[in-house]
Amino acid sequence: MNDLVDVSLQVNGVRYDVAIRPWRTLLEVLRETLGMTGTKRSCGEGQCGTCSVLIDGEVVNACLYLAIEAQGKEIETIEGRPEGEPVLQQIQRSFAEKGAVQCGFCTPGMVIATKALLGDNPQPSEDEIREALVGHLCRCTGYVQIVEAIQDAASRLARERLR
Amino acid sequence: MSAEIRHEFQVIGKPTPKKDAPLKAAGRAEFADDINMAGMLHGKLLRSPHPHARILSIDASRAAALPGVRAVITGKDFPGVRYGNLPRTRDYLPLAIDTVRYIGEEVAAVAAIDEDTAEEALDLVQVEYEVLPAVFDPEEAMKPGAPQLHAPAPGNISAHTESEFGNVEAAFAEAAYIREDMFETHAVKQGMLEPHACVGVWDSFGKATLWSCKMSPYTVWRQLAMGLDMKPGDIRVVQTYVGGGFSGGKQEAMPMDFCALMLSKKTGRPVKFVHTMEEVLTIGHLRHPMKIWLRTGTTKDGRIVAQHCKLLANGGAYSSIGGFSIFLAGAMLNLPYRVPNMRFESNRVYTNNGFCGALRGHTVVQMCFARDSQLELIAADLGIDPLEIRHRNAIQEGDVTANGFRIGTFAFDECIKRVAEMSGWHEKRGKLPKYRGIGFGCGAHLSGARLMGHSASAAEIRMLEDGTVHLTTGSTDVGQGVETVMSMIAAEVLGIEVDDVTYLKVDSAATPLDPGTFGSRVTLFTGNAVKQAAEEVCRQLAEIAGERMGVDPQDLIFRRREIVNHKDEKQRVSLKEIVRWGMFQQGKVISGRGTYGASEEKIDFRTGQGNLSPAYNPTACAVEVEVDPETGRVTMVGLWGADDSGTPLNPLAVKGQVIGAAVMSIGHALWENLIRIDGKVMNPSLRDYKMPQATDLPKLANFEHSNVITWEPEGPFGAKEAGQGAGTGVVAAIANAIHDATGVRLTRLPFTPESILAGIEELKEKEAVTES
Repeated sequence: MNDLVDVSLQVNGVRYDVAIRPWRTLLEVLRETLGMTGTKRSCGEGQCGTCSVLIDGEVVNACLYLAIEAQGKEIETIEGRPEGEPVLQQIQRSFAEKGAVQCGFCTPGMVIATKALLGDNPQPSEDEIREALVGHLCRCTGYVQIVEAIQDAASRLARERLR
Repeated sequence: MSAEIRHEFQVIGKPTPKKDAPLKAAGRAEFADDINMAGMLHGKLLRSPHPHARILSIDASRAAALPGVRAVITGKDFPGVRYGNLPRTRDYLPLAIDTVRYIGEEVAAVAAIDEDTAEEALDLVQVEYEVLPAVFDPEEAMKPGAPQLHAPAPGNISAHTESEFGNVEAAFAEAAYIREDMFETHAVKQGMLEPHACVGVWDSFGKATLWSCKMSPYTVWRQLAMGLDMKPGDIRVVQTYVGGGFSGGKQEAMPMDFCALMLSKKTGRPVKFVHTMEEVLTIGHLRHPMKIWLRTGTTKDGRIVAQHCKLLANGGAYSSIGGFSIFLAGAMLNLPYRVPNMRFESNRVYTNNGFCGALRGHTVVQMCFARDSQLELIAADLGIDPLEIRHRNAIQEGDVTANGFRIGTFAFDECIKRVAEMSGWHEKRGKLPKYRGIGFGCGAHLSGARLMGHSASAAEIRMLEDGTVHLTTGSTDVGQGVETVMSMIAAEVLGIEVDDVTYLKVDSAATPLDPGTFGSRVTLFTGNAVKQAAEEVCRQLAEIAGERMGVDPQDLIFRRREIVNHKDEKQRVSLKEIVRWGMFQQGKVISGRGTYGASEEKIDFRTGQGNLSPAYNPTACAVEVEVDPETGRVTMVGLWGADDSGTPLNPLAVKGQVIGAAVMSIGHALWENLIRIDGKVMNPSLRDYKMPQATDLPKLANFEHSNVITWEPEGPFGAKEAGQGAGTGVVAAIANAIHDATGVRLTRLPFTPESILAGIEELKEKEAVTES
């Protein structure tokens, strides 16, 4: 195959140089080329949010985003930076402790959406949290415990900042 | 045992985060699609474009010649043995051989080096079909001359059940009041976000291993053996994390599972299949759409004296578990109200649509919709308060229902009372502004069914030298929290921490035979088995400790990782020390096995008589809605529910279950509808099959659930089911709330804006006629 293009991707602060077909989505490259399977594949058409990643801080459905477009941008996934990310870890802890994780298939996308939300709006109202979750389906929880987890993460991170 | 009576638990009853939650939240839980093996190929399935056709020929030569394609298989590569759930309804084949019966049925499969190549190869498989007449409506399908789907099922009757308890005719003759209504339900989906996925390996010893997201791996194991015509012992099913179950394809062996194995046999490579969401929504595994005719007779004060129900279920092209589905619908007419005389007649009919089977709440949801809608109509006709009519008919603890259900704990009256308080029912009903309304709905569920085949559960606990244990059962965690609650039960008995218990996923080569996760059976059935296994480990440890400590083993209790002489609490030794002494000095294998059988009380599936479950739980809920009279759109303002789930072992998980079940029913009632025209699914996408989003639901302050605590003697530590019952009353509650808000009575699901607007228009016309 000579239809491969060289692409350089910055994922969780690490640079990856890969040769891919130009039509590969970011989701395919993350999961198949880089073996980062924390980002889940579900509907494949941008409806469910399970494949959410951050690109320059914005939530994006990786299934609809071509990997070549992500060059020169900062990609963040559920795996986080190798050295650990306190904000991401607090959100993950809140999700676990508040019962926001059941089957766990939507959870990586939900956690990523929460990270973006709290980055923009550290003290969101319940309505703002629910708005931020549009496009992120969860079939298990009915969202109640997810909203509670996000509220918990927001208040813990706020306390952390005050200290 | 004394702790049990005092209900003083170390672990049980404490809200406990799910053990696997940190792993899942970090994206580290390996789901089937995350598996990657060296040399792994990717499979794709070719599906029928016709609702009914004969396959005249399949030419796969061009597909096989495409670079990157490693193998192509058709139905003829399998032994031609039909498989299925119930002995009389085995009608599945791994791939169709001579006939296809619905659009989307699997006809051939390809394995290639990547998904794109496999997809491309599908276009090159040439299938010659002779299109046959098709039938989509169950009433049409039953008429003489209708196309026949399966030779052994004349008239397309896939399953039929009929039962009568008491004397229905006499009771109706004496009833002071009688009404009949027809209700219609629609096709909806499980909606799990993880599409079905599997990896198959056929090894050089001729043994076949499937890794897959199965809720009931042992059911799949048996079905694979059937369809492959192999000994079950030559097949191994290994469960991966399950990204949402809710029954359906994760409950059964599917064509992809067979094809992964057969293509692996042909190629010598691991083969992975993952459904697209379009495939998930096309293949069937739906909730049965039903027409439910319900005739109810009461006394003049609203006490039910008789019910007669005729049910017609559109089964689609294959049986799945459908024979049981319609049986269950009839059986559950006996709950949660007293119905002394009852007649139930039902047909499940084959049609050329995607097939129907189990889905959270199974067929109980449809029946509760019909009955609790009608009960509201009866209350209105008789001038009785809607809650009062429910209290008057409520089943009580100790009742034996007409069909022989022996009711243990059943705090139904308390559930109704609590919901009335939580929701502010008395302040709201009839007093809310126009187009705002509140409605009530009730239901019930089983804690597992006693089936004719495999009902019993088994568990095994193996002590490790560090004082922790490995716990295995055949029940899977599908997100509901099995791994945590089973670990809690074991930890409570053994006096250790929940984190000291490793709950292993099901692997048919290693874990005990157990039917798996369905029918709300796990907490009660498997939980009892786990409890017994842990008690056996305690017995073995007490024997070793008694000898080492010089005390009577009977006097030893287990707590905080210690073994203590309860007569002299200064005499204590660490659990780990005893384990190591037993293992290292005495060569003991410390392991306990437990079982829970329900065999002594089988239900008679021909007559419907018998005690189907060891325990039953009632549920009640109130829903508040606002209807936009311009658009007909319904806004969910509030939902308040109460269930008697016995004693919740893990309240955090129970909360997740009951709210999740309620929300799924909200989606099914208001927005979800798999639209099929001439057998073709018109909305096979999550954009058009609209499941609830976070903004579609009541706010936290108006979304409450309460556990009415009872101590169910049949359950482990007093527990009953929690995962399905809470969804059963919600649909009727929404219908009743829409009626309260608008005066429009909806008897047909889903409750679309169009149907509400049409109802409002009709009412306005009637008013105009009356005024003029």
